[in-house]
Amino acid sequence: MYVEMKQINKTFDGFHASNNVSFGVERGYLAALLGPSGSGKTTILRMIAGLDKPDSGDILINGTKVNDMPGSKRGIGFVFQNYALFRYMTVADNIAFGLEVQKKSKTEIKNRVEELLQLISMEELGSRYPHQLSGGQRQRVAFARALAPNPQLLLLDEPFAAIDAKVRRELRVWLKGMIEMVGITSIFVTHDQEEAMEVADTVIITNQGNVEQIGTPEEICMHPQTDFVADFIDATRCEAMVAAR
Amino acid sequence: MKEKKRNYDQDIVGDGINSIQKVLEPASRVSNNTVKYALIGICTLFLLVMLVLPLVVVIVNALKDGWMAYRKAVQDEYTIKALQLTLLATVAAVAINTIFGLFASFLLSKFYFKGRQLLATLIDIPFSISPVIAGLAFILTFGNIGWMGDFLKNHGIKIVFAVPGIILATIFVTFPFVFRELFPVMNAQGKDEEEAAALMGANGFTIFRRITFPHIKWALLYGIILCAARAMGEFGAVSVISGHLRGKTNTLPLHVEILYNEFNTTEAFAVSSILVILAVLILIAKNFVEWKKK
Repeated sequence: MYVEMKQINKTFDGFHASNNVSFGVERGYLAALLGPSGSGKTTILRMIAGLDKPDSGDILINGTKVNDMPGSKRGIGFVFQNYALFRYMTVADNIAFGLEVQKKSKTEIKNRVEELLQLISMEELGSRYPHQLSGGQRQRVAFARALAPNPQLLLLDEPFAAIDAKVRRELRVWLKGMIEMVGITSIFVTHDQEEAMEVADTVIITNQGNVEQIGTPEEICMHPQTDFVADFIDATRCEAMVAAR
Repeated sequence: MKEKKRNYDQDIVGDGINSIQKVLEPASRVSNNTVKYALIGICTLFLLVMLVLPLVVVIVNALKDGWMAYRKAVQDEYTIKALQLTLLATVAAVAINTIFGLFASFLLSKFYFKGRQLLATLIDIPFSISPVIAGLAFILTFGNIGWMGDFLKNHGIKIVFAVPGIILATIFVTFPFVFRELFPVMNAQGKDEEEAAALMGANGFTIFRRITFPHIKWALLYGIILCAARAMGEFGAVSVISGHLRGKTNTLPLHVEILYNEFNTTEAFAVSSILVILAVLILIAKNFVEWKKK
């Protein structure tokens, strides 16, 4: 297991965001945290990133307990829900930021930025500012920025929520292809089952701070283990969703 | 003549605290014009009587006895000392309140904790408390009979009826200005960008310099200008704590009062005109910043 959550508990002002949450994600896998809003999936992602601290339980990345390690030392890239691009920096500066902070040499930064701009097919747009980009382009920049310092784990919070329904599908395919190409272990949060079923290798279903079921999209579709999962998953569309992979 | 098409969605007034954000589409064109001109008339009249006229009176009275008398009043030793003290108190208050305002708005917009609301309310106290009471409170705290009176006396520190007291009172009165301008801007920005930068390993200073500061710089400057304007004109709190020692603890507004009470009307108005000129300079700076902020 590359990422492991062991008996994680977390409360915010008496609200149980995580209730004995345990699961693992294998190296190179793409996992989806799927659940209705308020089910605690974003909290889980933020705890893995070190943005929130669990009240109890252990978080392991690559076999190392990271509970007390700052997020910046955990070797992760994070794509925020609204991308959180630095609005006063150009696309190239956004991507370079993580490398500059690590005090990499100028030529190294320049090469890496060019390489990533090429990867996201935005070579010509390096000098643009975030507000001059479309939603899809912003997502691609956020992806490139997260990847720039060569993280071992990529975390994405609702990566398609801010995108038009029309292009969402296209981007989904693109992002899945990219993640496979880079070969990075990834976890993304979504409330859209179609998205989770189509993109993820492993789906983790959350509800009211609990993990309801973990499995491949097929397993979740064909063998829901709890009433909640059976109810939450749209069985009539399940086959189509799995087949669309 | 072709009627100019008006964009009813545009912002008309800057984005300060008391701004009107949108021009509303008029319901009916007929009554609209009458109402508009009536309102313009009332507003203009009100501003003329309440603001323009008094300012004109200040300038006219200042120059009543001629240019030489004006120069003499303005170049008077005590006037210059008062101006220096006013500028010193203003610079000190602005510097301290800027630092404080930055920290406070950073804390209250980026962190969530119990008592956050209470803290934000506490910062607003100087807005609601009478400056005279603030001055009295300082005397009762730092004066000879005050709580800290013995301690300060033993250590040879003089606050009340001295320059430190004036600076303290000015700081108190202008406390919330920078914070009030910064907080909404920083709050609206959220903390995603800062979190993103922190996750990449940026330290606090780098995050502030490269992420937070570019976002808040115009609001910060605007807050500083408002703070400076208020600091220069402060009368109540400073009046209580200063002791009115000419050439020592007299600020410009206090000096004006003394001159006026001594029936030196022309001099009083001449000194006032310095404050008016400073106010106009600040107004120009404020408008420049508002224009630049867009």
